[in-house]
Amino acid sequence: MNFEFTDDQRAIKRTAREFLEARYPLAAVRRLAEDERGFTDEQWAELVELGWSGVIVPEEQGGLGLGAVELIVIAEEMGYALAPSPWFSTTSAALMLQAAGTDEQRQRWLGPLAEGDARGTLAVWDENSGPTPDHSEVEPAADGTLSCVKIAVPDAAFADFVIVSGADGRHYLADVSDPGVTLVAEAAIDPTRKLFRLELQAVAVEPLEVASEAVARAYATIVTILAAENVGVAQRAMEMAIAYAKDRNQFDRPIGSYQAVSHRCAQMLLEVEGSRSLCYWAAWALDHEPETGPRAASAAKAYAGDAGFRVPASALQVHGGIGFTYEHDLHFFLKRGHANAHAFGDSRWHRDRVADLAGV
Amino acid sequence: VFITGIEAIGRLSRIRCAAVDLTLSPAEEAFRDELRDWLEANHPGREPPGDDPAFEFRRDWQRKLYAAGWAGVSWPREYGGRGATLVEQAIFNEEVVRARTPSVANVLALAMGGPTVIAHGTEEQRKRFLPPILSADEIWCQGFSEPGAGSDLASLKTRAVRDGDEWVVTGQKVWTTFAHHAKWCMLVARTDLEAPKHKGLTYFLMDMEQDAVQVKPLRQITGESEFNELFIEEARIPQENIVGGEGDGWAVAITTLMHERATLAFGLQVSVQIALRELIESARQTRGMNGHVATEDPVIRQELAQLLIESEVLRLNAYRGLTAIMRSGVPGPEGSLGKWHWSEVNQSLTETAMRIAGPQAMLAQDSWTYRFLRARANSIEGGTTEILKNIVAERVLGLPRMR
Repeated sequence: MNFEFTDDQRAIKRTAREFLEARYPLAAVRRLAEDERGFTDEQWAELVELGWSGVIVPEEQGGLGLGAVELIVIAEEMGYALAPSPWFSTTSAALMLQAAGTDEQRQRWLGPLAEGDARGTLAVWDENSGPTPDHSEVEPAADGTLSCVKIAVPDAAFADFVIVSGADGRHYLADVSDPGVTLVAEAAIDPTRKLFRLELQAVAVEPLEVASEAVARAYATIVTILAAENVGVAQRAMEMAIAYAKDRNQFDRPIGSYQAVSHRCAQMLLEVEGSRSLCYWAAWALDHEPETGPRAASAAKAYAGDAGFRVPASALQVHGGIGFTYEHDLHFFLKRGHANAHAFGDSRWHRDRVADLAGV
Repeated sequence: VFITGIEAIGRLSRIRCAAVDLTLSPAEEAFRDELRDWLEANHPGREPPGDDPAFEFRRDWQRKLYAAGWAGVSWPREYGGRGATLVEQAIFNEEVVRARTPSVANVLALAMGGPTVIAHGTEEQRKRFLPPILSADEIWCQGFSEPGAGSDLASLKTRAVRDGDEWVVTGQKVWTTFAHHAKWCMLVARTDLEAPKHKGLTYFLMDMEQDAVQVKPLRQITGESEFNELFIEEARIPQENIVGGEGDGWAVAITTLMHERATLAFGLQVSVQIALRELIESARQTRGMNGHVATEDPVIRQELAQLLIESEVLRLNAYRGLTAIMRSGVPGPEGSLGKWHWSEVNQSLTETAMRIAGPQAMLAQDSWTYRFLRARANSIEGGTTEILKNIVAERVLGLPRMR
């Protein structure tokens, strides 16, 4: 039994941290947040070169053929840096293709995804849908074409294909360049991840296989990635709060010497470390103990969803007025943590799922 | 830097590493299976009612464990332990709770006193004190807190004055669990009035079997008396019963407290999981709002799910802490996080139980009402949540000291 990264994994984590620190200082994150596209081709090419676009793509298709543990090592650092990137959306699409794509679909797309020649994304939310991410009323017409509206689709304008969820757990693959596809940029609360409204008008789509267990595992992996991002987000917000609490003086003392502030910071650590433990467990289970994977993933998503908002919110309180200014960087973390908490099922939904899967 | 990154990823793709490996090794599995079989074959049944019969029952149970080599699992063999790894010790702590065996008699000596003697004691002390701890022939209690020294432990006033080869101790201690059964007391007393308050303390092992030590039970909000007050009037302790050096009492006491928080974490997290399973079972038999079964009451369901998640956090953090101890050799201040978190989870669990109980929550006949009241002490005993947060803030996060 061992509960820490191996030397190799620590090396990945460290180099991911160093790479992202160098390429995405907060000034760059802010520029990209204000940019319509939010990433450059050069930045994407660098991630591809690191192999990050094909972490779970099999080696024979040009990927690294790795698993959930390696994904969360990267995701945590992506969250810590708050790097705006289509990495998450493309990885989600790859996971779904891997889980339920036909042989032909996987052949066609996985290689180009890994090589950086194509990107994909995943559209789950019907317009006016409730908080249930696995419920959709989208059904193809008799001729097999799809007409529907999906909201909050990440990075759709920079994707070559989109996987659309439909009724009865079915999924459909659509080419984004199809003339029946309209994309409208949405005003996202988190400007570091671009969201789009996707409208399909009689678009010829290809169904994926119905592979409910594999699809459930893919979704579980996706929410674990988001949970891991929130570990990074919360970790960074906590570090900002601690640094500020040591530095800022009021009543002639650093504010971190007041228990009202220091106990708030201790609470942040409790939530960050709890989130981290659950993420490591979920990733390990997805790779090694599939029967536990979905329950562990929902536990991680629920807990890190809460922490991803609460820790930056608490850090904002430590900062006082300066933390409420647009000029300060903290709000970007608050917004990402909050948006992640609501993506692919909020904490309430995932708690309910934990109860279901634990047989309550 | 970036080249290294690519190389590292390349290496990673060749060597499939298990970052977090929560499976037991074959040796650990064998240990667990052997223990499970033994516990099943030797389970002593339920404790008899009444303080003294229950205590003797626990003493017999510990002797049985000792005879079979299951006491002091991770202690060195030369002092009667099993010489097993810390992982095996953790497995042991989990399995005994899971098998719902009674507690052992010498809890405080096994969890805290023994490890402190192993860490700071002399070779003579180890040989003298450790074997009778394991065999439950000599029970230990802990004399730290005083009426005027709770969270500010270092301000304690119990005084020890040297008299030749002996020390003469006068003072008062409180919250001393098992004092009425104990042969030895881990006693921290002030030996130097001039030194700064943390430096003037010494850690003694005091013989409880002397007239100068009077034990008076303390009645708690549950109605029972787990704890005692200790009135010490010129008790005598030989010089050789100092653990660590004269004036080193604070550091030695901290070792005791760190062990308390780190080792107990394993049993505590399992007991939370067992209590939660019982609670879910009882919720299935109880009506919630609007006539639903309580588990289908959406609010209760959310609370139960959150407790399931938090109890996983307790389990996982205990294992992470263990990995850290195995690397560094000593429990770190992170243990403070676990004890604090456990107390919150256990309190919420009992509060949810009261909400599930409905009108029964007004009655004191249910075992949940006992647990509900008993849980109020969780955030006080073994370090208040406020002190633990101070430790986390100062020693883990590096925030400036309050004083």
